[in-house]
Amino acid sequence: MRAIPSKGKINLPSSYQNRFSLFLQDLWRDRISYFFLAPYGILFLGFTVLPVLIAIFFSFNYHNMLQPPQWVGWQNYFRLFLADDIFLIAVKNTFIFAAITGPISYFLCFFFAWLINELQPRIRTILSAIFYAPSISGYAFMIWQIMFSGDSYGYINGFLLYWGLIDEPIQWLLDPQWMMPVVIVVVLWMSMGTSFLVFIAGLQGIDPKLYEAAAVDGIKNRWQELFYITLPAMKGYLMFGAIMSITQSFAAAGYIIPLVGFPSTDYAGRTVVTHLLDYGNVRFEMGYASTIAVVLFVVMILTQQLVQRLLRNLGS
Amino acid sequence: MNFRIHRKRVTRSFGGDMVIFVVLLAGAAFSALPLIYIVSNAFKPLNELFLFPPQFFVRNPTLDNFKDLLIIMADSWIPFSRYLFNTIFITIVGTGGHVIFASMAAFVLSKHQFRGRKLFFTLVVFSLMFSQEVVAIPKYLTMTYLGWIDHYAAIILPAWAMSLGLFLMKQFIDAMIPDTLLEAARLDGASELRIFWQIVMPIVKPAWLTLTIYSFQELWRRFGGEFIYSEQLKTLPYAFNQIISGGIAWAGVSSAVALVMMGVPIIIFIINQSKVVETMATSGLD
Repeated sequence: MRAIPSKGKINLPSSYQNRFSLFLQDLWRDRISYFFLAPYGILFLGFTVLPVLIAIFFSFNYHNMLQPPQWVGWQNYFRLFLADDIFLIAVKNTFIFAAITGPISYFLCFFFAWLINELQPRIRTILSAIFYAPSISGYAFMIWQIMFSGDSYGYINGFLLYWGLIDEPIQWLLDPQWMMPVVIVVVLWMSMGTSFLVFIAGLQGIDPKLYEAAAVDGIKNRWQELFYITLPAMKGYLMFGAIMSITQSFAAAGYIIPLVGFPSTDYAGRTVVTHLLDYGNVRFEMGYASTIAVVLFVVMILTQQLVQRLLRNLGS
Repeated sequence: MNFRIHRKRVTRSFGGDMVIFVVLLAGAAFSALPLIYIVSNAFKPLNELFLFPPQFFVRNPTLDNFKDLLIIMADSWIPFSRYLFNTIFITIVGTGGHVIFASMAAFVLSKHQFRGRKLFFTLVVFSLMFSQEVVAIPKYLTMTYLGWIDHYAAIILPAWAMSLGLFLMKQFIDAMIPDTLLEAARLDGASELRIFWQIVMPIVKPAWLTLTIYSFQELWRRFGGEFIYSEQLKTLPYAFNQIISGGIAWAGVSSAVALVMMGVPIIIFIINQSKVVETMATSGLD
């Protein structure tokens, strides 16, 4: 007699009710936790999660910001992967850019934080300020434009001409061949940001007793100390730094546009985010721009999962 | 005392120290040279700014650029102090709220067990990876709905819930606060609020000092142009940008502006970092 539907119908709501009341009980039991989470949580859901959800919704629409969005399904995604040649160039550039700047900036942040950590407090403060300053200098990175200026008066060209290394000035910021390398140098210059500070604070937070004990246990040099004690103790901070590197290297655009122009020669300086800005801010195709953002989002999450897996194995 | 400074460590070789010294110097030079150029530019008289070929160092330093800046500021339609106040207000209230709320949330996400904590933290980390450029429009829609356009709240409240702060604080609380310490405090009858404020926050002081720097420089250079339309609510970077966009005639003033905009966060950073060092020196006493 299992086929009698009414029985199920009667039981179903009550089991839901049970679960729901259990759920409420749990919420009430942990009310203090939710109280702590609430101010941040509400603002975060309202001002970060909600806008992201709206943007994901836009990615399935044609939206020109003047008329209400029109649902087009997966059309934006098809167009992006099948009909947008420049997007492919942007993807290629972004991957090259991210594959170089991501790991190098990550390494530099840790390496210099590790070296600075050996110094006396006063020198440490000054040196960390010098390393950190480029990342907060705002538009100061524009001085690289003067350094890499394309005429013979640019510092780099002037220097190379003076030493006879080149015969005529190089158009650093216009020549597709040189654009990316120059941008990479500038971005690396600015890369000692928050992760660098987090690494410094993290290194100082490691219990000195660990090192004392390790020295007694026969650790001989700073490399052994680094691999057996420092890195495992820094796991959480390394994860933080990795995510910062991923976000910065994949989402680079803000420094690229002022340096190489927009659009750049032969799209050599085009990244996924400058492509996105082209559609969002220039052509007012918000739906398509959102599609680009969603695809980038997915790629970054996949990269992050991969890196997380790699870091988890560290020192264990 | 911090033993690292005063005690000679067996695991350090002299040669290694020398190599480190050289590498640090090279790195510092690469970082500092462009900054020196900015400082040098700010003191250049107009004729030196337009010298061809451009000179790296200033020859006849002058304060003219700063004087011109003051004159323009005195001349502006809205008293310049208003822009300054707006930016300082946004920066201080925004940073204070962000540090406190992000730390509170990070504390429970790290040390309490409750429904949805993993999901919430994952959302925070993932949100770091969504392009800010695209969320601008939905954010604007949200603010319009709330009626916060042309209001400080449109800048300050989202700043309180920036994703980075929670992520940063959680990593530090995870690593620096042992569960046993909290258990002991609970057995002694301490409330969670007290544990948070009197045990957790003092221990993770280096973390929230670092977060303060991040939040400060983030808000200090905030334009706010997407939400703020009344002139009297606009920020300092906005006002400075108006001056800079005045074109080549303002080249001298622009270089002074560049120095001011960069200098303030660096000074805050140095004060702040010396506090980090103090904490370290005292907490080593256990």
